Amino acid sequence: MIRSNMRIIVCIKQVPDTNEFKIDLETGIMIREGLPCVMNPDDKNALEEALRLKDEYNAEVIALTMGPLQAKDVLKEAMAMGADEVILINDLSFAGSDSLATAAILAAAIERIGHYDMILCGMQAMDGNTGQTGPQLAELLNIPQITYLKELNIIDNTVTATKWTESEKYTFKLNMPVLLTVNNELNDPRIPTMMGVMKAYDEAGEKKIKVWGANDLDIDIEQVGIKGSVTNIYESCLTHINRVSTIIEGEDEKEMAKSLAMKLSELNLI
Amino acid sequence: MNFDFNEKQLMVIKNAKEYTEKYLAPGVIERDETSTYPIDAYRKLGELGFVGLPYSSEYGGSDAGYLEYVLAVEEIAKVDASMAISYSVATSLYAGPIAGFGTEEQKKKYLPPVLSGKSLGAFNLTEPNAGSDAAGVITRAEKKGDRYILNGLKCFSTNGPLADYFFVVASTNPELKTKGLSGFIVEKAFPGVSIGKIENKMGIRSAQVSEVIFDNVEVPAENLILEEGKGFMLAMKTLDSGRMGVAAQGLGIAEGAFEIAKNYLKTREQFGKPLYKNQYLAFKMAELEMQIEQAKLLLYKAACDKDTGKPYTISAAKAKYACTNAAMDVTTAAVQMLGGNGYMREYHVERMMRDAKITQIYEGTNEIQKLVISGGLFR
Ligand SMILES: Cc1cc2nc3c(=O)[nH]c(=O)nc-3n(C[C@H](O)[C@H](O)[C@H](O)COP(=O)(O)OP(=O)(O)OC[C@H]3O[C@@H](n4cnc5c(N)ncnc54)[C@H](O)[C@@H]3O)c2cc1C
Repeated sequence: MIRSNMRIIVCIKQVPDTNEFKIDLETGIMIREGLPCVMNPDDKNALEEALRLKDEYNAEVIALTMGPLQAKDVLKEAMAMGADEVILINDLSFAGSDSLATAAILAAAIERIGHYDMILCGMQAMDGNTGQTGPQLAELLNIPQITYLKELNIIDNTVTATKWTESEKYTFKLNMPVLLTVNNELNDPRIPTMMGVMKAYDEAGEKKIKVWGANDLDIDIEQVGIKGSVTNIYESCLTHINRVSTIIEGEDEKEMAKSLAMKLSELNLI
Repeated sequence: MNFDFNEKQLMVIKNAKEYTEKYLAPGVIERDETSTYPIDAYRKLGELGFVGLPYSSEYGGSDAGYLEYVLAVEEIAKVDASMAISYSVATSLYAGPIAGFGTEEQKKKYLPPVLSGKSLGAFNLTEPNAGSDAAGVITRAEKKGDRYILNGLKCFSTNGPLADYFFVVASTNPELKTKGLSGFIVEKAFPGVSIGKIENKMGIRSAQVSEVIFDNVEVPAENLILEEGKGFMLAMKTLDSGRMGVAAQGLGIAEGAFEIAKNYLKTREQFGKPLYKNQYLAFKMAELEMQIEQAKLLLYKAACDKDTGKPYTISAAKAKYACTNAAMDVTTAAVQMLGGNGYMREYHVERMMRDAKITQIYEGTNEIQKLVISGGLFR
């Protein structure tokens, strides 16, 4: 038995598309202008998992993003893929928020949404790669979290979630609500249907996007934005990794294995 | 005048590209070699709403237009020209006459199965003695009470061996020649429908093309589209739209081969420098780039003409001519630029060159396009 009216909130972020980004050498912050933007890949897996639960259990899926007005694009994409409701959290005072401030803003928005059973987040965002927002959000909301989800089953109000580390596999049973973070190993995100695209990118789709500002949320604006962020970028620079390849030669496998072992021990690697 | 795509069109392109990379790129060389058609990929194309792009959601379509459809065919043809034509035949040639001229009942019954990807549709005009000159059609449909008895042989039917539904042009009155032709919807399930010879082709080898034989097939009278005598008009109007699909196929082939050649010229070094540093090759690429863009603008213009309710017979003929010639010219040049590698299967361009050739032939040879265009000039 699956409980009806399960509600899933998916947190998604719009990120610059490419690895060829540029860094502002003065502030050490990435220059976002001019870069094509996409839905953060891990977040797409989170959305896919929510939509899978929608297909299976008729869950309601709400996609939530904090960002500039341009971030409406990822909400439209989420709608095209099948999200029922989409919310943009946008306020000038939120600009420059670090992961903790972002988590605080998302938490306030989720409080405003009210009832929910599950929050799905991408494991990390392609631009910052901190992997912190999801876990911080769970802490702020005071709900259990499983990161790096590999398998998910729901029976009644209980979630069975499996995660793997390098050497071990853990299976947890938790009561909802829960927060789960996922990456691309969990599923293969769907391509939206063309009908979904035509509806989401229509005027009606645009109108479906709810926009909430600081005034709509129960939040102290001193705690968010650049001022409220505890992370300061001290320095950022580009590093160059130079790979050197060596080909091990020898008469047979045994001899080659031997010289490989010697090489590795010379380098203090074994 | 505005040359920008809107958000919807950009998303059609993006998702068609994603679909192509995921479902068509893997195995494209093997499918060409073994002449196998990826039916699951077609099903997915339907499920995602690409097949129904230009049609109303009332009949399982996606409520978009011809430009969106053409953009999807173009993306697909960059990688797999066989699927591009199979798709185009289902959307333009099978669904086109039904969506454009069918009754409410015909649309409700015969569009959804094909637009959703559950079934394939085909178009049967050509016969051994009726190619460029459709007046030669001798397949006969004789009225008997509330049905027509269909007898004859159609050839070169794309999707034929796999289709559940056919749009068939047959003569209800041989004395009237083209004015005696009529258009019917025929189900594969009707007794007496069979598949003849499956063709062994130079290109688009993964697409399935065959004879379709009608032996005393009883077709309900309600499957006649419009009235008797409208078959020639139906076929010509359908081909006007279909030509945009073929044009998009040609354009995609040209662009696909162009990208491969461009990357090759950048990475392959001879005489101590990358190939593109030879002005001969760079200028050749500049010419091909222009040819592609000219063709593209003609195609998008033709699709916009149709979407905005303007006449498009002539603009579609121009688009078909320009895009398919671009396909042939660019692929031939690409094979040459890749040298010996260009002649090898794994570099794709030899397949693209074989695929390109058919685009200059079907849905009206390019000579016939000139007949259409010049006919417009001296009417
Ligand atoms: C792979 C493949 C798939 C096809 N799929 C379909 C399909 O799904 N459904 C369908 O009905 N048909 C289909 N066809 C048929 C296709 O449309 C015809 O082959 C095409 O229209 C040419 O007809 P033909 O082969 O009889 O050539 P012909 O008409 O015999 O032409 C031979 C040559 O003469 C030229 N020519 C003919 N008339 C003139 C003229 N008046 N002035 C100048 N030149 C002229 C032609 O351009 C051509 O170069 C397919 C064909 C192929 C090869």
